[in-house]
Amino acid sequence: MSLENTSRRNTGDVLFHGAAVLAAALVLLLIAGIFTDLVRHSWLSITTFGPRFLWSGAWNPVTGEFGAASSLYGTFATTIIALVVAVPLSLLIALFLVEIAHPRLAGPVSGAIEILAAIPSIIYGMWGLFVFAPYLADHVQPALEALFGGIPWAGALFSGPPMGIGILPAGLILALMVLPFTTAVMRDVFGLVPRVLKESAAGMGSTTWEVFRNVMIPYGRKGLVGGIFLGLSRAIGETMAVTFVIGNDHRIAASLFASGNTIASTLANEFTEASDPLYLSALVELGLVLFVVTFLFQVAGHLWLRRLRGGAGGGR
Amino acid sequence: MIAIETTSQAESAPPRPGPQPVESSPARGAIAVRNLDFFYGEHQVLFGNGLDIAPRKVTAIIGPSGCGKSTHIRVYNRIYELYRDQRCTGEVLLDGQNLLAPTVDLIELRRRIGMIFQTPTPFPMSVFDNVAYGLRLHYTMPRSELADRVKTALEDAALWDEVRDKLHHSGIELSGGQQQRLCIARALAVEPEVLLMDEPTSAVDPVGTAKIEELVRRLKERLTIVIVTHNMQQAARISDFTAFFLDGRIVEFGDTTELFTNPVDRKTEDYITGRFG
Repeated sequence: MSLENTSRRNTGDVLFHGAAVLAAALVLLLIAGIFTDLVRHSWLSITTFGPRFLWSGAWNPVTGEFGAASSLYGTFATTIIALVVAVPLSLLIALFLVEIAHPRLAGPVSGAIEILAAIPSIIYGMWGLFVFAPYLADHVQPALEALFGGIPWAGALFSGPPMGIGILPAGLILALMVLPFTTAVMRDVFGLVPRVLKESAAGMGSTTWEVFRNVMIPYGRKGLVGGIFLGLSRAIGETMAVTFVIGNDHRIAASLFASGNTIASTLANEFTEASDPLYLSALVELGLVLFVVTFLFQVAGHLWLRRLRGGAGGGR
Repeated sequence: MIAIETTSQAESAPPRPGPQPVESSPARGAIAVRNLDFFYGEHQVLFGNGLDIAPRKVTAIIGPSGCGKSTHIRVYNRIYELYRDQRCTGEVLLDGQNLLAPTVDLIELRRRIGMIFQTPTPFPMSVFDNVAYGLRLHYTMPRSELADRVKTALEDAALWDEVRDKLHHSGIELSGGQQQRLCIARALAVEPEVLLMDEPTSAVDPVGTAKIEELVRRLKERLTIVIVTHNMQQAARISDFTAFFLDGRIVEFGDTTELFTNPVDRKTEDYITGRFG
């Protein structure tokens, strides 16, 4: 019998190989296609404003002056608020689910958190506008102002009329939306910590909290960073809910109570109004900026993970 | 004798000095097990265990897989309490004090009774931080003293010469045998009176095993060692006393040489001559 490949296996393998390569190439093609299209359609804006587009706060369709600064500020501010609120909460929920809760309770709570992730963002937006915003304006914002008002620097962040819509409410809504994703990742990460490692830490006289802080978090930090980046990339591009509660105002105010905008909310709001070619082109350039920012965060995340792997503290 | 009762200072404890040498009282670290039953849920796995573990000796626990050896020693530091379906009845006395009493301070108990596991468990931190872990947990001390005690513990665990240049490397970068000695150093740093070892060499190569056995022989001058092992040669080599477990019961307990050369019970004889297990 010959050792030559049978023709059937040969063609099958070639077909399969080709299909896999094509499918993978499609992803790269899509990314390249989106990028070139964004550049092409924003070319008018890029050539008109140059790099100053990035730091100009102007946004005036009448005079034809456009800049990304306020949208960028709003995007980062809401994302940071969302992560500052959501990450510690997710860590605690994940700890509760993995280490503290009785299995009969952990199941339903886990399920509930996953349902949170499945709620369409428009629902969050409507709930945010009609329920959450009035509550914030009546209770939370006055309390924050009373708490921080006297402090020189932080006071400015929590000043102004409590309207219930603005940067802070948008950040808080985003925190809620990000929470299920970060929690689910962190729960899985903590579930992977070997039992014997936790026993060993407890056997040294650690409390549950100390086992969590000293051993489980360092052991799982790679996955935890991944979870945080998942939350970040979700928060940074979230559109519908933010558009409802952020106030859609092109300005950078010192106060977090003030209304603002994000790149995504600006695009959602203004695309239909943009009749002028330069206006439209500026909006597309905003999209390009968001695309690049997200890309940079992904790269930064990967680099950080690589550093963690090689670092002296070295988890697994 | 230091009490292990819970005290109200547990939450906001004032800085406590580091562990003091324990030369003065020769009898510390004696364990007496009385009528110990153990359950996984409804399933009973230990039946009326009774055992007297001599201070500053090595006691080996042998027996076939699943006979309850590990479960038995996991009662001594109450690590089984991490799992809500596990419970036990009976008494385990550490120097006369029942450590199963609800008033016992688990944190102090686990300082006094250290544990080494089947697989090395270096924490995801540097070699230095691994050894300093318990010291930082239980005591407040100046950095220089901390460094001294870490060095002493690594020397006691016969690891210092191998890691002195990589104290700030990750503990996970060490070899398996080194990792296990790192865990021993970490346990020794807080000056325990008892060291429980649950098949400590089962994941370690022969050279590493020999080093750990040598270490056990030296360490018994200062603390009580209870070692679970499935390796009868190991028990014969390093222990002073041996307990033979079968199906959750202690079949025979006595002087190691005596038990291996002249077993009283037929089942012990069958096991050590390799007729089952």
